[in-house]
Parts: sequence; structure tokens; C-alpha cells
Amino acid sequence: MGFRSTDRYIASRDLEVAVNAAVTLQRPLLVKGEPGTGKTVLAHEVAQALGCRLIEWHIKSTTKAQQGLYEYDAVSRLRDGQLGDERVHDIANYIVRGKLWDAFAADEKIVVLIDEVDKADIEFPNDLLLELDRMQFFVYETRQTVTAKQRPVVIITSNNEKELPDAFLRRCFFHYIRFPDRETMERIVQAHYPDIRHDLAREALTVFFKVRDVPGLKKKPATSELLDWLKLLMVEDLPPEALRSTEKHVLIPPLHGALLKNEQDVHLFERLAFLSRRNG
Amino acid sequence: MFAPFILALRQASIPASITEYLALLGAMQAGVAEYSIEDFYYLSRAALVKDERHLDRFDRVFATYFRALETPEAPAPRDLPEEWLRRLAEKLLTPAEMAQVQALGGFEKLMETLRQRLAEQQGRHQGGSKWIGTAGTSPFGAYGYNPEGVRIGQAESRHRRAVKVWDKREFRDLDDAAELGSRTLKLALRRLRRFARQGAATELDLSGTVRATANNAGHLDLKLVAERHNAVKVLLLLDIGGSMDEHVRVCQDLFSAARSEFKHLEYYYFHNCPYERLWRSNHRRADSELPTEQVLRTYGPDYKLIFVGDASMSPYEITHPGGSVEHWNAEAGGVWLQRLTGHYRRSAWLNPLAAGRWEHSMSVGVLRHLMQGRMFAMTLAGIEEMTRELAR
Repeated sequence: MGFRSTDRYIASRDLEVAVNAAVTLQRPLLVKGEPGTGKTVLAHEVAQALGCRLIEWHIKSTTKAQQGLYEYDAVSRLRDGQLGDERVHDIANYIVRGKLWDAFAADEKIVVLIDEVDKADIEFPNDLLLELDRMQFFVYETRQTVTAKQRPVVIITSNNEKELPDAFLRRCFFHYIRFPDRETMERIVQAHYPDIRHDLAREALTVFFKVRDVPGLKKKPATSELLDWLKLLMVEDLPPEALRSTEKHVLIPPLHGALLKNEQDVHLFERLAFLSRRNG
Repeated sequence: MFAPFILALRQASIPASITEYLALLGAMQAGVAEYSIEDFYYLSRAALVKDERHLDRFDRVFATYFRALETPEAPAPRDLPEEWLRRLAEKLLTPAEMAQVQALGGFEKLMETLRQRLAEQQGRHQGGSKWIGTAGTSPFGAYGYNPEGVRIGQAESRHRRAVKVWDKREFRDLDDAAELGSRTLKLALRRLRRFARQGAATELDLSGTVRATANNAGHLDLKLVAERHNAVKVLLLLDIGGSMDEHVRVCQDLFSAARSEFKHLEYYYFHNCPYERLWRSNHRRADSELPTEQVLRTYGPDYKLIFVGDASMSPYEITHPGGSVEHWNAEAGGVWLQRLTGHYRRSAWLNPLAAGRWEHSMSVGVLRHLMQGRMFAMTLAGIEEMTRELAR
């Protein structure tokens, strides 16, 4: 029992240990790392490995901690009150459950993903301290305490846009997903596209790591970009030779749109290509 | 059973607390690590480190503490000293002294000895985090007390430079009226502003009122909120004089821009590197001097600390007690810098020197290391980056 690499998701040993520690001790796991290294996918895989349902809570800049617990829909109640609806007498009719309430109320074990926690206001993590620690909260309107029937597995991802408060960090396990090395990357590609031609994959990886090494890139392509790009290469049925020509000069890789997401980066590449053509 | 380990981590300023320690023990008890050293390492890392910036420090402490375990790869030996030593020596030695050096066995021999000394030192102080090392451990510092070394070391350097500083030139106070041309900087600094609601409730909160009225089933319920005002507090430390003069103009721009942007802006001056005293006004430096300790006490950790300086100086000024060009400092500049950056939650160094020239100066590298990379160029992009870092 526990979380292991699967044939679809390659997890390093340190990630496995971190996940298993968090699951065993029933504490939240905070995952950081470069965008596109599989932070969000991790929650899906953990849910799959543990055989649990996944509840996703995607955080936006306007998200409030309260919204994860419940919301009181006062406007509906006002309208019902004016229409003389019977429901208006029971305030519980206007309490809308949030994602965490759903997870707490479930009979079975649930995996909760709080995605991109750093997008929210700086106070957001502090507002969830007690809820994540005790896995319970109090509903003021109905004077009822909601307690988790089974403590859910909580996975929190962060893109490092904001610093998280110490009190919050202290309650979590932490894992930083490093960018995979070439060997791991080969396994990841293999896991995703078992049918890919070996020579194509090899050439593509060479080009990919070369692109990552170009100094001054605004956004380095990550695993998810590589997988998208490989898919395109496979769909277009490009021969590996089309990639190999980039061995000699720095050329723009074919279908670069999947790798370079920033027009400044594309310009940078065009300039490099121009220079190498002129020198070559 | 790992309590000393936690203490060692805390000494390396990794903020591991009792909560995390208990979590680690809990996980051990639950058998997460399964008697494998590697798994124990991963587990303790996941439990005790909460910031990727601390990972490297953790690895080092782990390696020293569990000495019996395999130590991670030692940091690559520093191979640049010869080049810059040569440069340093060439710069500082008079032709007569060069001849003397020659007499003592020549430059090569001197370098050879230095290199040997360096190798020995590396052996003993393996894992030391600083380039030159803390006071007394640096090969160059140690060498400085040798008869030959004196000429290379700080004594001569101090003396030579002293001429420049002794004559107590009056540095211009940075004029905050220079509004022209500061527009672009102002734009970037505006990012620093974070609106916070503080103080008395004086403004009508429209959506709050609607909600409260609805909650009241239609009876009007007025809600008020605090006036919105700028709550960012900034402590600006400006390097004035000496190598900074050519940058005063750029600095003025930043200064005047900053002044109008913040609710609380405090500024002090230092020369080259902050030491135990800072001063408020450069004209009346003698009466406006203040112990740095007092500045630390007066302005809380919620101030955002910005150094402005070109960070170009002799490396000794940062690494050695007594390294200052102006006075005898009992503690090295680096110690004071770390004290300052440790006290303030957010700090950054703004460098008017073009970023391309940073690597040519040893002291810029040292300071950058001490600031943990939070050194930014004084350009629109650099300031934007800095404000993003400070606002996090």
C-alpha cells in the first residue's frame, strides 16, 4: 500500500517518500516546482494509487478561504423572502457547500487538490490553518460543526508567486519537484508514448535539452511542453532527420510553437539561427 | 533522538520547529522511512525543509551531522584565485615591492605558496559556504599576516585607499527634488504598493451594505470600511561616496521617485558596506550618525529593506573585521549585512552598475551571495523584478 511510480507517472523516490509520509501522518503535502513538471497531475495519480475520489479546488486571485468551506447565499434568501417562499424560514437552505465541506462529508477517503494556492490573497493560507489541521470548521449561520468523517489527503501546489506563511508551512510536508534529468525524462516519454520511435524520441530529447540550455529564455520549456511537442511531431510524422539538422547549427526546431510560448523567446531563437547561418 | 540535528539545522538558519520535529518522529514511528538511509534523508527533508532555497543548506547540515553516512559531493574547488590574486597584487604593489617579491622567489613562488595554502584550507574547511570564508579562515586573510603577504593583504590596501577617503569630502546629499526623468522608475516602484485597509472605518462599503441589507431581509444596514491607504514601509540604505559617485545621478532618480510612493520611507547612508553605524544626513554626518543596532530596533521586520549601492569595494571590506576603509570595524561588513537581512523579512540590493559588469568585481559576487541572489540592476526591468521579490 502506498504511492509508487506507475506506468503513466514517473515519480522519483524522494517524491514517493514525501507523499507516503503525508498520507501516513494525514498532513497536507505542499508541492512546488517549475511550471509544467507535473504538480497537478501528481494529485490525480495519488488519488488513482490510493483508489480514492479526487476533489479539485482551483484557486484564483479572488478566491476566499471561506468559499472552500461554505457560502451563505443571502441574495436568494432575500428574493425568497419577498416572494413568500416557505424555504426562507430555514437558513440551512441557503448554505452552499464548498469543496472542503464536500470532502469532509464524504464517507470514504478523499484526495483534495488545492491547486496553485499562491494565486490567492496573501492571507488565504492563514485562513485555512485550523481547517486543515483539525479537519473541521464551524458554520456560524446554522451553529453546526462540520468534522471530517475520514481525514482527506490534501495536496497543495504552489508556483512560488507568493511566500506562504510559516504557520502554514509548519503543518505541511514539503516537496520540491526538480526538473527531471535526461534519463528520467526518457522514462517519462516512454510512459506517455510507448509507441514513439526510439530515434525520434532521442533526437527530440537532445533538441529539447539544448533549447533549455539556451541562456536568456524567458520561459524554459518543461515536461508538459515536451510531451505536447512530441505529440505534434508524431502526428506530423516528421522523420528524426528533420531534427538532426539542428545538431550542427542552432536552428529553430520544427513546430517550435509547442516549446516556446513567448514571442521574445522565438525572436531570440531567430537571432541565434541567423547568427549561426551567417557564421556557418 | 535527533534533537541535536534540529538544533544544527536551526543554527544553519533553517527554520525547523518542534512541530516539524514531531512530524518527523511520527513518520518514523509509522515506518515511512523503512530503515533505509536514503528514505530517511528524503523523509526528513520533506518534513523539515519548507522552502527550496533551504534545500542546499539542509543537505550540508545533513552531511556533516550524519558523518557516517555518505557525504554528498564536495563543492567544486575554487579555481579562480590565482588570476584575481595576480591582478590584486599587480594593482597594489609598487615596482619596488615587485622587485622585492622577485627577490623572495618571484611571483610564481608566491602564487605557488598561496595555492598550497588554499588547498590546505579547503581540506580543513570543506563545506564552508562563503567564498573567502569568515574572518580568519580565509587563505588570503591568513596570508595577510606573513611578511610577504602584508603587501598583498589588507594593511597596504587600507593605507592606499585611505588617502582617498581621509580627506573627508562632502558628498552631496541625494536630492529628492529631481523629479525629471524619474517617471519610469516611478512606474516600477508603484508595484511595491500594496493596498491595505487600516485605521478608522470612514468609507461606505457598497457591496458590503448590499449584502448586509439582504442578510437583514431588506432593512437597510450601512457598512463602512477603512480608508484605503498605502501601507508599504521602506527602509532605504544608500551607499554614498567613493566608488558610488558616478552613480549618484541614477540614484537621485530612484530616490525622488521612491519618496512620493511610500507612506513610511526611512533612509540612511552608508559607505561601501553597512557597518555598525549609519547616518541620516551626509552634510552633518558626525551628528546624524546612529548605531545600526538602533536602526534595527526602531524599524520592525515589516519594513522592506532596499540597499542601493554599486557593491564595488575591496572584498576585505565585507569579509574581514577592520576591513573598512574609513574606520576600525570590530565586526566584518558581511556580519552586519546578514544581521540586517536576517532582521527584515524582505530585502534586496539595487545595483546601479550595469549587470554585465558584475562578474568583473569580486565584491559584487560576494555581496550577491550574501543577499542570496537578490541583487537587481537599476533598470526598469531590474526594479520591476525587485518589487516583485519584495512584494511577495
